[in-house]
Amino acid sequence: MPASFFDVDGTLVHTNLLHPTVFYLTNQPNPLRSLGALARAALGGPRMVLAELVDRRRFNELLFANYEGISSDRLLTLADEAFDSVMKRAVYPGARDLVQRCLGEGHDVVLVSGALDFLMERLARHLGATAVIANRLDFKDGYATGKVLRPIVAGPEKARLVREWARDHGHDLGDCFGYSDSYSDVPMLSVVGHPCAVNPDYRLAKLALTYSWPVIHLGKRPAVESRMLERLP
Amino acid sequence: MTTPSSSGPKPPQHAVAVTLPVRVKSLETPAPPSSPALVSRARGRADHPLVVTIDKRSAARSVFSGDTVLEVELPVGSRVIYPRPPMEALKDVAAAVRYACNHPLKSDPLHAKLRPGMKVVIAIDDVSVPLPSMRRPDAREQVLTVVLELLADHGVEDVEIIIATSIHRRMTAAEVRHAVGDRIFGAYWPDRLYNHDAEDPKGMKTLGTTEHGEVVEINRRAAEADLLIYANVNMVPMSGGHKSVAVGLCGYESLRAHHNPRVMRDCWSYMDPASSALATSIERMGRLAEKALDVFHIETTINNRMFDAPLSFFHKSEDDWTGGERAAFKGLAFTLSKLPSAARQAIFQRVPSPYGVTGVNAGECEAVHEKTLEKSFAQYLVPVVGQCDVLVTGIPYISPYNVNSFLNPLLVQVMAQGYLFNFYRGAPLVKKGGTMIVFHPCTDQFDKEHHAPYIEFVHDVLAQTRDAAEMHHKFEEKFARNPAYVELYRKGHAYHPAHPFYMWYWGEAGRQHLGRVIVVGADNDYIPKLLGWETARTFAEALAMAKGSKRDPEITMLHVPPIVMADVTV
Repeated sequence: MPASFFDVDGTLVHTNLLHPTVFYLTNQPNPLRSLGALARAALGGPRMVLAELVDRRRFNELLFANYEGISSDRLLTLADEAFDSVMKRAVYPGARDLVQRCLGEGHDVVLVSGALDFLMERLARHLGATAVIANRLDFKDGYATGKVLRPIVAGPEKARLVREWARDHGHDLGDCFGYSDSYSDVPMLSVVGHPCAVNPDYRLAKLALTYSWPVIHLGKRPAVESRMLERLP
Repeated sequence: MTTPSSSGPKPPQHAVAVTLPVRVKSLETPAPPSSPALVSRARGRADHPLVVTIDKRSAARSVFSGDTVLEVELPVGSRVIYPRPPMEALKDVAAAVRYACNHPLKSDPLHAKLRPGMKVVIAIDDVSVPLPSMRRPDAREQVLTVVLELLADHGVEDVEIIIATSIHRRMTAAEVRHAVGDRIFGAYWPDRLYNHDAEDPKGMKTLGTTEHGEVVEINRRAAEADLLIYANVNMVPMSGGHKSVAVGLCGYESLRAHHNPRVMRDCWSYMDPASSALATSIERMGRLAEKALDVFHIETTINNRMFDAPLSFFHKSEDDWTGGERAAFKGLAFTLSKLPSAARQAIFQRVPSPYGVTGVNAGECEAVHEKTLEKSFAQYLVPVVGQCDVLVTGIPYISPYNVNSFLNPLLVQVMAQGYLFNFYRGAPLVKKGGTMIVFHPCTDQFDKEHHAPYIEFVHDVLAQTRDAAEMHHKFEEKFARNPAYVELYRKGHAYHPAHPFYMWYWGEAGRQHLGRVIVVGADNDYIPKLLGWETARTFAEALAMAKGSKRDPEITMLHVPPIVMADVTV
């Protein structure tokens, strides 16, 4: 039986890792703390931009450092609201249909995301996905330390995690499907037998064209350059 | 008139015997285009005037090789089968549609079926016909204009128009506008005029199962309408009739019943419904659908006027070309050889053809289609005596499955061993074990959107096996259910992932019958190899290969386009 591995941000939802983070930072116990947290995050912005350009894992580490000091109770209590107000409404039209079709074909559907596990679990329930591979925060005495537990789900690490998950659950990767919007997920897409670019960025669209990977758009109008690429012979 | 038989197709040996002298006589055309010197009586048989025998003075013959044209010198004694001249078009199509709806065959008139408040679905053929697209107004627009007026006059407001794509790609808005016209497009698109979706889980309805176990599943909206009107444009004898509803509005579950190697191998030919297992299966399923639904068929036939000036010389024998036409051909060949592929495609594909509507019939499915077939055969059939050892034909730039896109290698295959091989009635034009020489570059190029699943099929499935039965059992279903490809079919403009398999099966009868296929002018070796073909750099080389040990092989060229069908007796 095959499995379908879905990247989430940009693939199934039009949010990214920043959106839920901003939600949590603006929903601190009092406005002053919110302001402070947002200011600290803003100051770290340039480092995050730089990290995003160089190493996705480092970007995740810097981003999740902003969760430092937030209690696990608070994170979980606000998770439903964060999901409803940030992620649920950002699900692409067609994303649910695609996931349902995969399930209908008997696939295991696995969300593979750099986002936090407690949010991904809610998204998985909403879409009907069967499993989640996501980042987990480190907690000490019930408070987030600002560190992310290893392995960090990002870039090439996703490919290793997908391989391990498939092996542990008895899937032949050659029969499995992978879906992503981002060039940074090429390693993950490369380990499955049926890679598919979804709402691809320019670099992934170009690669998909080269390797004749199917390109689909889940309700998002493709960028002009991607559309031009797709029409090339 | 020959009608589809429910007793199954006949093998070719039997089919040979059914060619009736009466029918041949009725197809005689006045004043053939060829010069008397070329209408010879080769090998002691009397050839039809449209079957030209090459002699020492004959001109070189023009052939299409994809989107370029070439000249080939055929050996003396070779035969060239030319299409019939275009039949005369109706002067007033709207009047003909009105007359057909008011005087239907074996049915109440359309107006008698209408009542205010009823739900009506009109299904129309998709972009695969006619080829190339028809100069506006398209036959569909002309039929729809009359029918929609009639519906409005009778207070029928709940009307939806479904493009019967089956598992073909969805038509684009521009293509739909071209087919139905600005006024209808503006009023109905996209909410009440839309593409059929065979993979919509809630959009399909099973009507039943035939005694042969064929599941009849069609578009739910069409199945639940009070009246289904099917407006067909009949391009070839294979289309229309029960195929309209039972295939045009169906999905994968229904198609599997007949689009498989077993049925495809038993078609002699696809273009002759009476001898086609495919048509027989579709007929059973269509009859079940017609029993369950109230269907009113409107079928239009068109002539074969594919080319207008300045390319109208393609309708004529090269021996009859004027100096100007010869110069025009040379100019065209030179220009095409210098242009990039995209420009060549634009020249041919973006220029619609001046087809004329030759007939309109309406009413009950089989009664209507019988009339349609009469017209269709009258336009396309040319009597041919005797089979050949070597069949020569060019492969043009277009097929039903690459409108506004590139004719990829799999479609080249379907044009050769599928369509062109099957343009016969009676017996195959080429003898069992004979050779087919085709002209095409076989470029390894695909439209990444329209033919997304084809790429994997050609480079993965076909690389593993050419055996249709093996790929049917081992790969088809898994491939057809690929969620990414299904998504592309449903929301993009890709063919359904089962379609490339069907394209391979479509060539199955030809593959089983032919000894070899030699392609001239391929720009690579590996695509022909994947297709199971041999390559030759020149026609002379191909001919030498085809001759083999046979001293004096019978060589016949099918001169297409425009479409011609050989009515073969042996």
